[in-house]
Amino acid sequence: MMILKKQYIAYQAIVLNEIVRILRIWSQSLLPPAITMALYFIIFGALIGSQLHSIEGFSYVQYIAPGLIMMPIITASYVNTLGSFYMAKFHRNIEEVLVSPMPNYIILLGYVSGSVIRASFIGGIVTIVALFFTHVQMHHLFFAILIVFLASILFALIGFTNAIFAKSFDDISFVPNFILTPLTYLGGVFYSIKLLPTVWRHVSLFNPVVYIINVFRYGFLGISDVNIAIALGVILLFIVVFFMIDLYLLRRGVGVRE
Amino acid sequence: MMKALSIKNLQKTYKNNIHALQDVDLDVEEGDFFALLGPNGAGKSTLIGIVTSLVTKTAGKVSIFDYDIETDFSAAKACIGVVPQEFNFSIFDKVIHIMMTQAGYYGLPRQIAYARAEKYLKKLNLWDRRKQSVRSLSGGLKRRLMIARALVHEPKLLILDEPTTGIDIELRRATWDFLQELNQKGTTIILTTHYLEEAEYLCKNVAIIHQGRIIENTNVKSLISTLDVETFVFDLTAPLNLDFSVNGFKTYMSDSHTLEVDVPKARSLNDVFRVLLEKNIAVKSMRNKVNRLEELFVRLINK
Repeated sequence: MMILKKQYIAYQAIVLNEIVRILRIWSQSLLPPAITMALYFIIFGALIGSQLHSIEGFSYVQYIAPGLIMMPIITASYVNTLGSFYMAKFHRNIEEVLVSPMPNYIILLGYVSGSVIRASFIGGIVTIVALFFTHVQMHHLFFAILIVFLASILFALIGFTNAIFAKSFDDISFVPNFILTPLTYLGGVFYSIKLLPTVWRHVSLFNPVVYIINVFRYGFLGISDVNIAIALGVILLFIVVFFMIDLYLLRRGVGVRE
Repeated sequence: MMKALSIKNLQKTYKNNIHALQDVDLDVEEGDFFALLGPNGAGKSTLIGIVTSLVTKTAGKVSIFDYDIETDFSAAKACIGVVPQEFNFSIFDKVIHIMMTQAGYYGLPRQIAYARAEKYLKKLNLWDRRKQSVRSLSGGLKRRLMIARALVHEPKLLILDEPTTGIDIELRRATWDFLQELNQKGTTIILTTHYLEEAEYLCKNVAIIHQGRIIENTNVKSLISTLDVETFVFDLTAPLNLDFSVNGFKTYMSDSHTLEVDVPKARSLNDVFRVLLEKNIAVKSMRNKVNRLEELFVRLINK
């Protein structure tokens, strides 16, 4: 077995490679979320939001700010592993990783860490953008930071699953466009799920994004539609399940070995 | 002597029910320079794919320096360096970044990795281009970069899948010299190639694979010694009629100045010269018509 120090160096190599890639494509990876979120804050915060009632004692723009910061974090962590691993398959440089002695869990951790780093960068950038439009208060910094890590780990893992199965560029755009975006928009970014009819409120509880947005909002504002402990439990459960699925797929060589 | 590669009863059947490898047994001794020859679709790349873990075997056992590729996969993989047939870089990456990243995959600390990168990039005349992105390199330089990359962790076994495809003669010769030097220093080398001259020039031992089976496994010299007939080409100083022939030999005039003669192993080349002298035919130069190994190769796969 590759000794731990060597495994750590191999892990660093993947992470560093990811950072170089993220910075090389900064105009695609870091800039667009800042522009998009600025537009969201202008439209939903300043223009429409100013006409709306407060929610649970907070102005509308304050209420949606945590969700707007979390949205690009989720998207970035998903598309980072998806894009990076799929392109490594496409250019076939993934073969160099597979031929090397590093174990599968290091490969997975490396790619996931790359996504967490990109998501954290974006989280920071979008938070700075938010400060131009609203007063951002911090109720529980620990929960806010914790959920950024957990959310980016979870969606990086799901993006990795997508990348493993992807055989074409169509395959890498289908899930982000037709599954991830609806889940995010219906995940309580712009509204409290308490406002929904009972049936839809219950349906929403099957959406993991609801738990992520609410824990993040709890970190900022101290309010949540769901129990925080249950939310964290659900997210952790999803992380464990997808980690095991990805490891299993790598071990079986699905999508990467013939 | 230890076996660098040991393959027993290896089989591979793809999902579309194609039997790419059937009961393949193969041993490569440590220090060998070994050629794996075969026509397209013979199973060479599948075999290399299994050894390097990019292809999953259906049955059989593969060991690298006595490490089983399944049970001791980490130790086995650490012994191998692979130069694939097709370029597999991220084309936007810089040369030095590719080398450093590769070294990292094998757990080399950055200081050692940089020294190794410098060593092999200099050996392969790429050091001056270390800050260039891969897409700015020519095909030949990309191929040399793949060799440098495969060597950065100094593997005991280097596997090259058609390493000189698409590179010019000068660069090919330089690559051959480099590989020979590497082999003399102790690295076991296995190569697949379509240039049979390459195998004849470089390799000590050879296996010929056809339709997923090893049909010949011997040393290059003894394989060539089994040739019955060799064709020699004589460049003549004066023109001859196109129906000219040398008695007792199969001959062919490819043009008025070029005579080709099949010389059986039992006969002497002197017999040909004797006839030519008798007829006052002056020879300017002489050479083999085709690569001898190529002749053997065609004969073996047509058996």
